[in-house]
Amino acid sequence: MRVAAPQGSARAPVVRMQGVGKTFNGTVVALRDMDLTAREGDFISLLGPSGCGKSTALRLIAGLIEPTRGRIEWTGGAPDLGVVFQEPTLMPWATVAHNVWLPLRLRGQSFDAVRADVEEALDLVGLADFPDAYPRELSGGMKMRVSIARAMVTHPRVILMDEPFAALDEITRFKLNDDLLALKEKIGCTVIFVTHSVFESVFLSDRIVVMAARPGRVIRELAVDAPYPRSEDFRTSAEYARHTRAATDALHDAMAAA
Amino acid sequence: MSVLDPTVPPADPAGEIDADERRRRRRTRFEKVGRWILPILTLALGLWLWDRIVVWNAIPHYILPGPGLVFQTLIADWPILFEALLVTLQITLMALAVAVLGGVGLAVLFSQSRWMEMSFYPYAVILQVTPIVAIAPLIFIYVESRLAGLLLCAWLVAFFPVLSNTTLGLNSADHNLRDLFRIYGATRWQKLRFLQLPSALPYFLGGLRIAGGLSLIGAVVAEYVAGTGGLKSGLAFRILEAGYRLNIPRMFAALILIAATGVVIFAGLSFLSHMLLRKWHESALKREA
Repeated sequence: MRVAAPQGSARAPVVRMQGVGKTFNGTVVALRDMDLTAREGDFISLLGPSGCGKSTALRLIAGLIEPTRGRIEWTGGAPDLGVVFQEPTLMPWATVAHNVWLPLRLRGQSFDAVRADVEEALDLVGLADFPDAYPRELSGGMKMRVSIARAMVTHPRVILMDEPFAALDEITRFKLNDDLLALKEKIGCTVIFVTHSVFESVFLSDRIVVMAARPGRVIRELAVDAPYPRSEDFRTSAEYARHTRAATDALHDAMAAA
Repeated sequence: MSVLDPTVPPADPAGEIDADERRRRRRTRFEKVGRWILPILTLALGLWLWDRIVVWNAIPHYILPGPGLVFQTLIADWPILFEALLVTLQITLMALAVAVLGGVGLAVLFSQSRWMEMSFYPYAVILQVTPIVAIAPLIFIYVESRLAGLLLCAWLVAFFPVLSNTTLGLNSADHNLRDLFRIYGATRWQKLRFLQLPSALPYFLGGLRIAGGLSLIGAVVAEYVAGTGGLKSGLAFRILEAGYRLNIPRMFAALILIAATGVVIFAGLSFLSHMLLRKWHESALKREA
């Protein structure tokens, strides 16, 4: 089922998936015929039950796997992205600052040359006081903040997030959701966010792509037209409840369709 | 006996702890002291028993010398034994160094090239499982230099734990981190340098500790096989020589030196491992109870 982008069509596209499919081992259809255009400044959530191909879609966009059908096009040619995985995925032998330095280090930049960028990224996620801490000394939420700082430090056009807050407690998750929106406002990147939480997807995104499993596919796209910045008030508003209901219904359809 | 130990919490004057907690703390304190006292007591008891057996049964010193005589011999023969110790130590440390270079070098090579690994790993295993005593005589037939022969023997025994542990470590880098390196377009060298080598460090250090003991064994065994011609004699040769002369006390003295050397090497490498890992690796971290 093809879905047109409901809003934001005026903004320039960043990455476009056209009829993308992925089949593993020639038989297991992980993703079928997915179309998605991410535009500048979009916050897109891929929402669905496990096995719906949302993580596969993310890995395809990241270039970690190749599609077996269709194509993924980046405007401007090369992919320009940062990634946050479900686990913080930090190097345990390196300090917080050196973990954040990694993407720049791999571009051949010395720590001294980019010290200011690293400090800025740490400051943005509220970890300015911990540059010399080792990951093991941090709580789960703080590790995730380091991971987000590392994804942002290169100022990428797109940040991919694969259920980054799934393992955190609800209090920490709400706080990180708030902070994530604030961060996105500041650096103005596009975010593609995989989640299986309806509440999280409604709070964060302006577009929710609902997916179904077996075979993994997109079944509906919802627009959340509430304006940013969104705060605690939005989380308790009637509008939020209405969007949550719509997303839940769509998810039920997705489960029924599977 | 009162032991002042800052890590044991002091008695609580405010009465915040109850009898159970006091008992637990007492037990912790006993365990801390016992860790040092018990092995020393065992040693003292063993030495005393050894001495009594020799005295009570009037065993002649050319069959079993008492601990006192062994200690006297260790002092009296120190010039000879110390010189021999230096020779053995030299071979051991050189072999360990070569084992580290060879083991890590091969492991890196194997991790970079699947073909290399498939071609050569089986032969590394074969070298490892063949007893060194069986290969050593052949080595000394074909290798001119005795030093090189001794080194080769010790290396053959010692390199495998370094190779196999480092290989395991290089392959056990976190999969998400590998994906991250791919996404950022890391080169093969960057991946090795910034991801695989640090991941392999704890594994390598585990292999190193085993290799330290093995290179000493290799050095001693090789010397037994090789004899001493042309080179200064090491501890193993001194043991053989003392055996021919029925100088049993010196055999014991040399044996004690070898064992002590092994312990020192192990302790040194454990310390090195702790220093390198103490900041981040689970094995080196103390947890608060």
